[in-house]
Amino acid sequence: MSVQPVREETMIINMGPQHPSTHGVLRLVLELDGEYVVSCRPVLGYLHTGIEKNTEYRTWQQGVTFVTRADYLSPFFNEVAYCLAVERLLGIEAPPRAQVIRVMVMELNRIASHLLWLATTGLELGAISIMLYAWRERELLLQIFEMITGLRMNHAYVRVGGLSMDLPEGGTDSIRGFLDLMPGRLHEYEELLTGNPIWRQRTVGIGAISTADMLELGVTGPCLRAGGLALDLRKSQPYCGYEAYEFDVPTRTEADCFARYAVRVDEIRQSLRIVEQCLDRLEPGPVMVTDPKVRWPAQLSVGPDGIGNSEEYVRHIMEESMEALINHFKIVTQGFKVPAGEVYQPVESPRGELGHYVVSNGESRPYRVHIRGPSFVNLQAIPRMVEGALIADVIAIVASLDPVMGDADR
Amino acid sequence: MGPGELAERIRQRFPEVLEARREVTVTVTPGELTSALEYLRDEEDLSFWFLSDLTATDWPSREPRFWIAYHLQSLEHAHRVRVKVGLAGDDPRVPTVTPLFPTANWHEREVYDFFGVEFDGHPDLRRIEMPEGWVGHPLRKDHPLAGVPTQYKGAFIPPPDQRGV
Repeated sequence: MSVQPVREETMIINMGPQHPSTHGVLRLVLELDGEYVVSCRPVLGYLHTGIEKNTEYRTWQQGVTFVTRADYLSPFFNEVAYCLAVERLLGIEAPPRAQVIRVMVMELNRIASHLLWLATTGLELGAISIMLYAWRERELLLQIFEMITGLRMNHAYVRVGGLSMDLPEGGTDSIRGFLDLMPGRLHEYEELLTGNPIWRQRTVGIGAISTADMLELGVTGPCLRAGGLALDLRKSQPYCGYEAYEFDVPTRTEADCFARYAVRVDEIRQSLRIVEQCLDRLEPGPVMVTDPKVRWPAQLSVGPDGIGNSEEYVRHIMEESMEALINHFKIVTQGFKVPAGEVYQPVESPRGELGHYVVSNGESRPYRVHIRGPSFVNLQAIPRMVEGALIADVIAIVASLDPVMGDADR
Repeated sequence: MGPGELAERIRQRFPEVLEARREVTVTVTPGELTSALEYLRDEEDLSFWFLSDLTATDWPSREPRFWIAYHLQSLEHAHRVRVKVGLAGDDPRVPTVTPLFPTANWHEREVYDFFGVEFDGHPDLRRIEMPEGWVGHPLRKDHPLAGVPTQYKGAFIPPPDQRGV
């Protein structure tokens, strides 16, 4: 009688970099034993665009247009982190109205980012209807962003010293409309998913990881809060006046894919609360510092053909004041100098701790800008979450981390 | 502890402490790096056991040329500290901190990739962002931003100003 030897070889499979469910160009080298993952090695770099290097060749103010493109799903957070860092080096602070609007656009952006996460995750797990619904509401937010900043993404709206321009006429009405609409829509999403047996089967108990492991690997944001630790930089190290807003930090304890989903939906509710408080706090006032050595001189506004200089301002520099013209060209072409020094500015992005480490050598260009992307750090936890899991669960686990490759690769 | 108090506290052990813009920076030598990070992590009133970030800055005109910055935070006390260590320009190397902070693994790979700093004892020191086989370390100040032929998998693409129409 002959005995069949046990097959011991494993199979290596590349998931990505071109794969519909790897959230951009992430490549996972999976070693499989049948349907089970034996080991996983993430490969990054397919979206490396040299943002950090590029900022060293531009003025401080131009740096905003680069960093906004890092995490392209939460551009306002990149802009605010960078601008807060440069403002701290300069020793200035944006005016109160600018601070309130910054908080407001950040929270709206958090909602947009979480909605996109919900849409794509639903799609990847086979829930097509949630994809359509969440995408529909995100579209409303993109329209609001376009109305405020002139662009749907990569806004460069937050500038060093304040904002590029004030809210447009009637801008708050559409935001209020969105706030009225959203609670009902969130209820709809939860009706669709929370009790859905397929959704629960794909997420409950999948991708669980201990809080100790997450902290060891530097995981932050909704993933960490899904493990029970209410760590939120808006509470623990507030910036932009977050200490004055009332909101809760949602947590769960299971640390699995379902808990991450639940935390994100609750966070949308909290963001709505914050936006409402922002609208109540908006007082008329300037949105840019008055120091002529720093402030962007042009008065910008969104016109029918995009963002442009106001006619009144062009008349002022071209016909009335030579000094204003000189100042305009100095600030726009050469920029301002920033005292030598270094700061690390963390903010709570939809994915976790987004930190900007900015170094100045006293010149009119940044000496070094480093972005601590939460996606980059969180992705390190993937092997620990997927090893031992089924290959189908890899999709759910990667999606639940919400990595944005622009943020990871920069 | 506020930044002033924190700086005073750390100064008891490490003399080179700077407090500026509400941030505390400790400068140590490569030799004392591991013990310094251990000290900051294990002292009860400091408890800097969460490594937020690790990166480098290149100062070609200075010696030491490369400065690694470790951004630590304490979740209990909600305070932060930056530990800096300077490395020689001709052979930049420093002990890895991966055994102390596993999250440093990818950060150190990134610094190796972008600056060419060697981390002694690192479990897997390979490039992470640039393609394997890339020549040079792009975030060094002497690496040009553009105007060089682009390398990709053996193919060379001339810089934009030398391409035919």
